Amino acid sequence: MSPREKAATLALLALLPAAALAALLLGETFYITLATRIAVLALAAVGLNIALGLGGLVSFGHAAFFGLGGYAAGVLATNAFNAEPLAFGLAGTTSMPAISLVAVLLCGLVALPIGLVSLRTSGVYFIMITLAFAQMIYYFAISWPAYGGEDGLSIYVRNAFPGVETAKPFSFFVLVFALLLAALALFHRLQASRFGAALEASRQNPVRLAALGISPFSIRLVAFVLSAMVTGLAGALFADLNRFVSPSMLSWHMSGELIVLVILGGKGRLAGPLAGAALYVAFEHVLGGLTERWQFFLGLVLLAVVFLARGGLIGLLAGRPRHG
Amino acid sequence: MSLLALEDVTAFYGASQALHGVSLAVGEGEVVALMGRNGMGKTTTIRAILGLTPARTGRITFAGRPIAALPPHRIARLGIGLVPEGRRCFSNLTVAENLAASARKGEWTMARVVDLFPRLGERLGQYADTLSGGEQQMLAIGRALATNPRLLILDEATEGLAPVIRQDIWAAIRRLKAGGQSILVVDKTLAELLPVADRCFVLEKGATVFAGRPGELTPALQDRYLGV
Repeated sequence: MSPREKAATLALLALLPAAALAALLLGETFYITLATRIAVLALAAVGLNIALGLGGLVSFGHAAFFGLGGYAAGVLATNAFNAEPLAFGLAGTTSMPAISLVAVLLCGLVALPIGLVSLRTSGVYFIMITLAFAQMIYYFAISWPAYGGEDGLSIYVRNAFPGVETAKPFSFFVLVFALLLAALALFHRLQASRFGAALEASRQNPVRLAALGISPFSIRLVAFVLSAMVTGLAGALFADLNRFVSPSMLSWHMSGELIVLVILGGKGRLAGPLAGAALYVAFEHVLGGLTERWQFFLGLVLLAVVFLARGGLIGLLAGRPRHG
Repeated sequence: MSLLALEDVTAFYGASQALHGVSLAVGEGEVVALMGRNGMGKTTTIRAILGLTPARTGRITFAGRPIAALPPHRIARLGIGLVPEGRRCFSNLTVAENLAASARKGEWTMARVVDLFPRLGERLGQYADTLSGGEQQMLAIGRALATNPRLLILDEATEGLAPVIRQDIWAAIRRLKAGGQSILVVDKTLAELLPVADRCFVLEKGATVFAGRPGELTPALQDRYLGV
C-alpha cells in the first residue's frame, strides 16, 4: 500500500468515529445512527469486496447473505421474546455474540452450495446464477408467514452484547465499528497472504494458475464463502440497528446497492467499502432530503466514477490502484 | 523407467486434430529437446501433458502413473512445472507474490531462485509488468521452480530475447541440468539447444518423426524437419 493510500485509509477510519463522537457531544443522536448505518453497510461491502475486489467475482446475490444474517437476528430474537423454541428444541436467543455466530455460520453453509454451483460459470452467467439464488431466498422469505412474510419482522428490544449497553446509540456504534475494524484487518491479511496472491492470479488467468498446481475453483470457493460470512455478519447488525428485518434486505436492489458501494469506493482497495458507504449514505441523506428522486443523482455520480475515476473515491484520494 | 512418457497421443481443438500420434519420453535427470517447425504440435503436446488440451487417445504417464484424465492443477501438483510460451507472469502481482503464490515445499525456496537469477532479487517488490522481457522470463522460470517440480517444462523460453539475456537463460538451464533437474525444452535455436540435450524428439504434422541422441540428428535430417 502506498503511503498516500495508507494516509487516506487512516483518515477515513478516524473520520467516522470522530463524527459519531461529535454527534454524541452535540446530542444529535440521529447522526450517531447515520454513522452506524455507514459502518454496517461498509462491513457488508468489505465482505463483497473479498469476492468482487480481490477475486473479480461479480456476485449479484450478496443480498441473500445480508438478508440471511438479518433474519438470523430477527428469528432468534423473536423466538426468545415469545419464549418459543426453534426447530430441534433449540431456544431462541437475544445474545448478540450467539446471533452473530449463527448468522456467520448460516451464511457460510448457504454460500457453500451456491458457490459450488455458480463458480462453475463465469462472467454474465455467474452474475445471473448468483441473482437467481438470491431471488429464491427472497421469495421464500416473502411466502413464509411464520416470520412476517412480506411485512417483515420487528425486533422489540435490541439484542444484548456482554459489557455493552447496545440500546445506547453510541455504544452500539462503537461495537459495530470494532467489528468493521476486525473485518478490515481480515481483508488486509487476506490480501497480503499467499492466498490473496493466488486469488489475484486466478482473476487474471485461471488456466495459468491451474498449470502451476493451484485449483482456481477451490481458491474462488473459499473467497466466496468468506465473503458471504462477512456480509452475513453485517446483515445481523443491520437488523439490530433498525430493529427490523424484511424481505427487502434480501432483494436484488440490495445486491445492487452493495455492488455500488464497492465500485463507488474503489474495488479491491482496503478502505474502498468504507469510502463507498460514507458517500452513499451522505447522498441518501443530503439529496434524499431535497428530492425523492435522489437515486437519479446517485446514478450520475456512478457514471462519473465509472468513466472518470475508475479507482472510485479511494482512487481519487490515494492514486492508482495496484497493477492489473 | 521414464519420468514422463507419452505413447501415441492424439488431441483435438474442437473438430480439428492437432496431434496425430505423439510419443516421447523423459528420463529422471534428463534434458530432452522437443523440436519441430511452427505449427507442428509442440505447444499442443505440452498442453496435452498438463491436461489443458486433454489427450483423446494414447497414454500419458508421469512417474508411472496415468495422468491423462486428471484436471490440470492435479497434474501440476504431481510435480510438473510449466514455463509457458511468451513469459506469462501474473502482471497484477509483485515478483515476490508471483514466486510465493504457487510455491510448494522443497529445496527451491525464494532464496535459491534469487540465487539463480540475482536480477529478480533486486526487484522483489516490483509488479511483474514493470520488468523487462528477459526478467519476466526469469520470473516465469523461477515461479515454476518454486513449485519444486520433478519435471520442468520450458516452452520457447528464449524466444524474442536479447542475445545477452538468452545466454543468461541458457546458463541457468545448464546449471539446473548439472543439479540433476529433469527438463523438457522446446526451442528453435539448435546451436544452443543440442549441446544441452540428452535426447531429441522431432514433431511433424502432429506426430513424432524422429527420436534419438542429438548427434544422430544429422544436418540432412535437420534440414528436412527443422529447416525453413
